[in-house]
Amino acid sequence: MKRHQSGWSTTSVLAVIVIVAIATAAVTALLVNVFERKSEAKQPFLRLVEVTEDTTDPAEWGINFPTQYDSYLRTAESTRTRFGGHGGSEALPEQKIERDPWLKRMFLGYAFSIDYRDRRGHAYMLVDQEETARQTKPQTGSCLHCHASIMPLYRKLGDGDAMAGFEKSYQYSYKDLNAELHDMGHGHAVSCVDCHDPDTMALRVTRPGFIYGIQALAEGEAEVPHLPTVQKWREGSRAAPYDPNLDANRTEMRSYVCAQCHVEYYCANKMPLTFPWGDGLTADNVEKFWNDITFDDGQRFFDYKHAESGAEILKAQHPEFELWSQGIHARSGVACADCHMPYQREGASKASDHWVRSPLLNVNRACQTCHRVSEDEILSRVDAIQQRNFDLLQRGGAALMDLLDAVQKAKEEGATDEQLTQALELQRKAQWRLDFIAAENSMGFHAPQEAARVLGEAADYARQGQVAALSWRESGAVPVARQAEEPVSPVADD
Amino acid sequence: MSVGFLAVSVGIFLGIGAYTFLYAEGLSYLSDDPEVCVNCHIMQPQYDSWQKSSHHAVAVCVDCHLPHDFVGKYIAKADNGWHHSKGFTLQNFHEPIMIKEPNARILQDNCLACHEDLAHDLVVGVNGPADEVRCVHCHVTVGHGDTTGLGGPE
Repeated sequence: MKRHQSGWSTTSVLAVIVIVAIATAAVTALLVNVFERKSEAKQPFLRLVEVTEDTTDPAEWGINFPTQYDSYLRTAESTRTRFGGHGGSEALPEQKIERDPWLKRMFLGYAFSIDYRDRRGHAYMLVDQEETARQTKPQTGSCLHCHASIMPLYRKLGDGDAMAGFEKSYQYSYKDLNAELHDMGHGHAVSCVDCHDPDTMALRVTRPGFIYGIQALAEGEAEVPHLPTVQKWREGSRAAPYDPNLDANRTEMRSYVCAQCHVEYYCANKMPLTFPWGDGLTADNVEKFWNDITFDDGQRFFDYKHAESGAEILKAQHPEFELWSQGIHARSGVACADCHMPYQREGASKASDHWVRSPLLNVNRACQTCHRVSEDEILSRVDAIQQRNFDLLQRGGAALMDLLDAVQKAKEEGATDEQLTQALELQRKAQWRLDFIAAENSMGFHAPQEAARVLGEAADYARQGQVAALSWRESGAVPVARQAEEPVSPVADD
Repeated sequence: MSVGFLAVSVGIFLGIGAYTFLYAEGLSYLSDDPEVCVNCHIMQPQYDSWQKSSHHAVAVCVDCHLPHDFVGKYIAKADNGWHHSKGFTLQNFHEPIMIKEPNARILQDNCLACHEDLAHDLVVGVNGPADEVRCVHCHVTVGHGDTTGLGGPE
């Protein structure tokens, strides 16, 4: 073996060089890693393209905000929890009306009896609406308020004034308005611009239905302890209407952006889209609001006439914001986004998870930041709450079916509509409450005690209606439907 | 293959190593400054919430989270430093961050270091029974306010 003057063999020198090279490479890799972490913390995003009020394509925004956009894209994935969603590989989610036949009978006379499926993610909101079999019946342009990135179209309809354009939109058919939207190049599902100011990225609300609705809520007298800036506005000069974009705090905005759509509303062709919040946010408040409204033709408000009984029915949409408002999370200052879009860490920076989904699929970020117990424990608590709600809901459904059976029987025996007035009014009340909780997308979790209260009333009204229908011959003798004497507190301490 | 070349390689290694150490603010970890704990940003919520907590005026991070004796302190620093830098570099730690048993024992000791006169009838420190209730079981908000947290990456 050849030796250097210093006595090192070639092999030893080579071995040391290799070791030093590997060590140097490792230290350099560490240096670069430290550099990356430091850069992430310093610069959360890089504005590469300009986005404006008319940039409805989320892919454009995604160039500037890849982290948020990547998670937004995942709303196309199918997810399933025990009581919600769609985890199958089939093209469309399962039919709810086939799984729960009482839902189908409850909706007879309304397009939801044709097609009513489990939900899919935000990415599908427009295409699912275009493809639903409900479109075989004429639908109003109002639906696009929440199923598309609609603001440029509202501005066009209103010659630059979005609010004016919105006021007109209910008169158009869904098909015409949707075609116009696609022609303008804005045929996108909910997009970045709907909740973010393109210049500052600040959260903002855009939807006219919400802006009018929250103004009416502020001007009303209902207690809203979970919305402190509404209380503050009420105590102020009231010179200008409550403006969520100016008056609301950051926590409220993290719920308001969702409340632009995840709410109860009227959405048909007799009047503009209406959020019914003037009397407050509980099921009873909203029922009163609808009962006090008459259409232009003098008829009292209803969504459809029940095809079997003829009752004038109130259809509940999906009052997530309203039910959440009655619960302990709202009362404790927890916003929609805290659980449905929790912060996620990306290297050394943080961003809201834009894969909006059930917190049950994301327990460590959604729940465990506050609830310091194991994931299993959290899941089992939620499951208990939802199971109880589900059981009550099924009982309410059974009671409503018995009411409808009794009405059918009375009709066969020759009862007139007049003799059944009370039974049909009770059907309206029972069905409103049942649907309020059935259509709400949390299986009671957003406010468990309030949900149980509403379902308890639903079953009670359904049974009272059943008694009224069974005793139609003595219709004058049936006591008027009993209601609780005391107004119900707007926030349940559950 | 000359020894000169070897010397240069080793020199480069030492140079890059020293620079990396400085760039990563390695020396700062020898101090007691709370800002050092947010060098790597993961602890930002914990740091922010500590500033709003009742103990902000009387205790910094190391007062509660490291032993007070010199040897114990530097052993704990080295142990935590290794875990934290490994976790942050490889991005493979549990989130939300939760305190582990050895650190929870240090924490309990440090509660008693200040509050022993008040608490000596109630607890006997970490040498007590394993299932003994710890101070922060009830006094959970004293260090970091109500709650803090930050979810992990996908």
